[in-house]
Amino acid sequence: MIQIRDLHKYFGPLHVLKGINLEVKKGEVLSVIGSSGSGKSTLLYCINGLETIQKGDIIVNDIHVHAKQTNLNQVRQKMGMVFQQWNSFPHLTAVENVALAPKIVKGKSKAEARKIALSQLEHVGLLDKVDAYPNALSGGQQQRLAIARALAMEPDYMLFDEATSALDPELVGEVLDTMRLLAEEGMTMICVTHEMSFARDVSDRVAFFHDGVMEEIGSPSQIFGAPQSEHTRKFLAKVR
Amino acid sequence: MFDYNFHWRPVLKTLPDLLDAALLTLEVAILAMLIGIVIGLCLALIRLHMKGSLYWFATSWVELARNTPALFQLFFFGFGLGAFGLHLSPYLIVLTALSFNCAGYLAENFRGGFLAIPETQMRSARSLGMTAWQAYTRIVIPQVFRIVYHPITNQIVWCVLMSSLGMLVGFRELSGETQFFASRTFRIFEYFAATAVIYYVIVKLILVASRILAARLFRY
Ligand SMILES: Nc1ncnc2c1ncn2[C@@H]1O[C@H](COP(=O)(O)OP(=O)(O)OP(=O)(O)O)[C@@H](O)[C@H]1O
Ligand SMILES: [Mg+2]
Repeated sequence: MIQIRDLHKYFGPLHVLKGINLEVKKGEVLSVIGSSGSGKSTLLYCINGLETIQKGDIIVNDIHVHAKQTNLNQVRQKMGMVFQQWNSFPHLTAVENVALAPKIVKGKSKAEARKIALSQLEHVGLLDKVDAYPNALSGGQQQRLAIARALAMEPDYMLFDEATSALDPELVGEVLDTMRLLAEEGMTMICVTHEMSFARDVSDRVAFFHDGVMEEIGSPSQIFGAPQSEHTRKFLAKVR
Repeated sequence: MFDYNFHWRPVLKTLPDLLDAALLTLEVAILAMLIGIVIGLCLALIRLHMKGSLYWFATSWVELARNTPALFQLFFFGFGLGAFGLHLSPYLIVLTALSFNCAGYLAENFRGGFLAIPETQMRSARSLGMTAWQAYTRIVIPQVFRIVYHPITNQIVWCVLMSSLGMLVGFRELSGETQFFASRTFRIFEYFAATAVIYYVIVKLILVASRILAARLFRY
């Protein structure tokens, strides 16, 4: 379970997250929507400790992520993250991309790591690209590679930061399909997304962020059908 | 007209000595490169990540190495330090001057290389649970290495050629040795022509080796 309590985040004088309270249970899929600059990415970065926080608490599997004695590298192994910009490691083949972290972070043997990598590449449908370098892959394939790479660490949670925003429209589908597959398999996921159909069809709950505040959270039918906040209504009218 | 008589025999007779000296040239150039790579990497990292006196130290190094004549740098480590009572052997003078110069040039190449790697590479490596060290050595440095590979090759060539200044501080590397024999036999043209060919061959060999190595190293 991920618990976020009264989270505040500043970039210098800029107050980016203004007291977020949120719980994500095991097996839940949460979509986070909201306009640009509302703090969605920052929230994900805070959850896996890529950004520091100034106030509040984030607890993942009963571990206080931002406590001094916490080993962040261990926490991060439990949380896979996929970013908006494809960031496959360009100097490694697909299978090396996926096998690297199991090998050097978890200490798996070369053969074991390769086995894990191959099974995750199969998982995301890239078995025919095992020895390809990322520059020979399409954006959609690179994004699926990034998903496989995160899954290879056997995370309890997957965090997606607009995984499809940088893709050509015709490549969005294959990545969303992979995310949908994970959701069906019971993965706990937080997905920052601009894909309203994905948020509506796949998630258990949808959270709407506005200007550093979580204005509304509820089931997709609540948020899309009967939004309570004025900001949510305006946002949804714009993206439809 | 042209009434100079070529005499190649003395050159041929001392060719083994010249080749020995060529090896010395190569040795000092490669050593200076290795030292230059290590120091250049440090200078680049300091300039990228630090402030204050260390930053200014690194920046001055880079500025001096890149913007003053190599010959002056050599003389500084030879006669300049001599004036302060620090007398280095000709070998050490050339080695330190070349290392100083290479470190300055390579620092800028490394810095450009690091800046060319998107920050997201580091972020995604860390998000997988890699330590900062692992992310640096496994993800960032290999990509930087590829970017600086050709500049490094050029620098080795430059090092080999620049080491010829060594003869001005009495270093008997290839040029120093050539100078020595040339003045003893008065076959000045022949000696320097032969030596030019040796330099040319060395440089070509380095370039070919570098190309072969690059093809094996960089498959992407
Ligand atoms: N490293 C940083 N330094 C300073 N300000 C930052 C930094 N990262 C983000 N910000 C600012 O924090 C605010 C929230 O940014 P964030 O990236 O979390 O928004 P977002 O909701 O993800 O937007 P988008 O939909 O455009 O990705 C923005 O005003 C942004 O300019
Ligand atoms: Mg964002």
